[in-house]
Amino acid sequence: MTWDNSYALSILPDLFSGLWVTIQVTLAGILIALVVGLVVAVIRYSRIPLVSNIFGFYVQFIRGTPLLVQAYIAFFVLPSYGLSFSALATGIVVIGLNYSAYTAEVYRSGIADVDTGQWEAATALSLPLGRTWTRIVLPQALRSVVPLLGNYLIQMFKDSAVLFAITVYELMGHALALGSSSYRYLEPLTIAGLLFFLVSYPSSHLVRILERRLAPSR
Amino acid sequence: MSYAVPLLFRGLLVTLLVTVLGTIVAAVTAFTAGLGRLSQHKFLRWPAGIFVEVFRGTSLVVQLFWLFFALPAFGIQLAPLTAAVLALGLNEGAYAAEIVRGTISSRAAGQNEACVALGMARALRLRRVLIPQSIPAMLPPFGNVMVDLLKNTSLVSLVTVSDLTFRAGFVRNAMGHTTAVYLIILVIYFVLSQVISAFSKWMERRFALDRVPRSVTKAARMQAVGSGGGPT
Amino acid sequence: MPPHADSSPTQVPARDPDRPRDMISFDGVSKSWGENKVLRSLNFEVGAGEKVSIIGPSGSGKTTILRILMTLETPDQGLVTVNGGTLWDVKSGTKPKETKQTIAARRNVGMVFQQFNLFPHMTTLQNVIEAPVHVLKMDKEEATARAVDLLEMVGLSKHLSHKPPQLSGGQQQRVAIARALAMRPKVMLFDEPTSALDPELIGEVLGVIRELAHSTDMTMLMVTHEMRFAEEISDRVVMFDSGVVVEQGAPSEIFKNPTHERTRKFLRAVLER
Repeated sequence: MTWDNSYALSILPDLFSGLWVTIQVTLAGILIALVVGLVVAVIRYSRIPLVSNIFGFYVQFIRGTPLLVQAYIAFFVLPSYGLSFSALATGIVVIGLNYSAYTAEVYRSGIADVDTGQWEAATALSLPLGRTWTRIVLPQALRSVVPLLGNYLIQMFKDSAVLFAITVYELMGHALALGSSSYRYLEPLTIAGLLFFLVSYPSSHLVRILERRLAPSR
Repeated sequence: MSYAVPLLFRGLLVTLLVTVLGTIVAAVTAFTAGLGRLSQHKFLRWPAGIFVEVFRGTSLVVQLFWLFFALPAFGIQLAPLTAAVLALGLNEGAYAAEIVRGTISSRAAGQNEACVALGMARALRLRRVLIPQSIPAMLPPFGNVMVDLLKNTSLVSLVTVSDLTFRAGFVRNAMGHTTAVYLIILVIYFVLSQVISAFSKWMERRFALDRVPRSVTKAARMQAVGSGGGPT
Repeated sequence: MPPHADSSPTQVPARDPDRPRDMISFDGVSKSWGENKVLRSLNFEVGAGEKVSIIGPSGSGKTTILRILMTLETPDQGLVTVNGGTLWDVKSGTKPKETKQTIAARRNVGMVFQQFNLFPHMTTLQNVIEAPVHVLKMDKEEATARAVDLLEMVGLSKHLSHKPPQLSGGQQQRVAIARALAMRPKVMLFDEPTSALDPELIGEVLGVIRELAHSTDMTMLMVTHEMRFAEEISDRVVMFDSGVVVEQGAPSEIFKNPTHERTRKFLRAVLER
C-alpha cells in the first residue's frame, strides 16, 4: 500500500489552504517578534535597573522552555484568568513572543557590535539619546543583523506547525485531519513536508544572498 | 495533587531518556553528514548535502509525524519512542552537521598546509589534526544543540510518548489543575536547560585549546608584577 | 607660570575667586580606575581663546582630561566648569550625575577623536548637518549651507555625497573637524587627532588645525604627540604625567628649556626618534 496519486492530487487544495494559514501565522508572528524583540533589546542594553533584569530573565526563560508548553499555557491557563482569545490569535501571540526572545538576542549583538566611538561622537555633538538610537546606532545595528532575522523568519515558518496542538488550523492541522479521516497519512504528511520544504529552502537561499550583499559594504 | 508527582517524575525520566538518546543520534548524524559534506567524493557529498537540506528545510513536527504515521504505509511500524528519538536526532543532527562542517573547515587552511608539508594524507590529516582541534570549538554550539533537543522532546508527547509534557496533559485532563501542572513542568524544563547549559560551559572551559594547566598559571601569577590598566 | 626647580610636580595654585572666569576650569578633580589614580586633585585652567597642547607619556591621564570635559567620563571628585557653567560638580563619595547644567555646559564643547568616529551610514554632508538640525534645531537649508562652507574650508567640497568608508583617513578626520565645528562650540578638543593616520596624511589634518588656531579665537585644547606642531601653534604647553601637571608654560620654554627631569626625559625620548 503505497503512494496514491489521485488521492494526493485531490487533497492539494485543502493542504494549500492550510499552507496559507501557516504563512499568515508566520508573518503576523514575526511582526510581533521583531517589534517586541527590539524593545526588549534596547531596554536590556540601556541597563535600566530592575526592568532590564526582568526582561533579561524573560528572555532566558523563554529560550530555555519548549514552545509547545508555552502554547498550552497560553491556550489552557489564560482563559481561567479571564483572557480568552481565538486559537489563531493565541497561537500568533505565543509564537511571536517566543521568537521575540531570540530576536532580542540578535538585536542585542547587533547593537553591541556598533563601535563605542559612534556613541561618543553622538555625545560630543550633544545628540539626545533618542536620536542617537534612531539615527546613529540602530541603523548600523540592524543592517548587520538582517540575515539572522531572516533565518528566524524561516525557522518560525517551520515551527508554526506546533500550533496545531492548540487547534490552530494550519498546514499540519489540515494534514492530520485529512489523514485521520481517510486513514491515509502518507500522502498528506509527505506533501505537507514538501510544501514546508518548497517555501523554506529557496527562502534560506535568499537570506544567504542577502547576507553576502550586506557584508562587504562596511 | 500528590498523585501527580510520581506521574510527572516518570514523565521526566522519559524526557531525559529521549534527550540523551536523541543527542547520541544527533551527534552520530552530525559527524557523518558533516564530514560527508567535506568529502572530496561527490557520491558522499551530495547525499549528505541532500540529507542536511531536507531535514533542515522541513518541519520537525512533520518529520516526527511522518516517521510515526506515514512510514507504516511502507510496512514499517516504528514504536513511538523509536520514531521520536529518530526524528529528533536526525533533525537536530542535520543542523549540527553544519557546526561540524563549519568548525573543521574554518580551521582547515593553515593546518592543511602544514599537514601537506609534512606529507600527511587527507584522511590522516582529518583524523589526527583537524578533528581533535575542532572539537573544543564545537562544544559551545553542541551545548545549544542539546538544549534545543531537550525543548523539542516536548513534541514527542504529540505522538503518544509519555514524556513530561504528555504526563502534564494527562494530569490536566484527569485532575484539572491546569495552571499549576503546566507551570511546574515549564519550570522543570527551564531548570534542565540551565543545567545543560552550565555543563556545556564547563566542558568548554575544560577542553579549551588555550587552556593553561593550573601549575603554569600559578607560577606566572607569582612572578607577575604591575598595576591594573587604565585609560591614557 | 614660573617654573620650579625642585623635583615635585608643579600644581597650579587654587583659583583666586576674584580672577575673571576662565573658559575651562578644573578644580580639585580626581579620577581613578580601580587602583590606578588617573587624575590627582587636578587644578587646571584654560583661558578664553587660548590654544593649549597637552603632552606626556601614555597612561598619564591627559586624554581623561578631554574625556571628562566632553562628559564621556565622570570625575570621582571635583568641579569642572566650561564657559562659566558647571559641567561637573562632584563631592567626594557621591556618584556623579548628569544635570541640566551639565548638558547646557557641554554644548560649548566639541571634540575631534583619534578614530574620527564619523557615522559610516551617512554621507559627508549628512554627517555635518545631523547635529545642527536635530540639536540646534537649525533649518535644514541653513545647516546645509553652513556645512558646505565648513567642508570647503577643510578642503572637501568635492566629497559631499561620499560616505566615510570611501574617504581616506585624512579626509575623514577633516570631515570630523567640520562636523564638530558645525555646532559652533566655544571649546574644541583634539584627542590625538593624527595618531591613527598614515604619515603622509597627517599634514593635511594639521593644516586644518593650524588654520583654526591662527584665524579663530576659539579655545583649543589638544592632546598630541606631534611636538613640532604643538610648539608651533600653542600659547601654552602642558606636560602631564601620572595624573599631575609636571610643568607648563610657553612652548619655547617647555621645548627648549624644560625645567623638570620628567619633562626632559620625555622630550628626549620623543624627539630623538
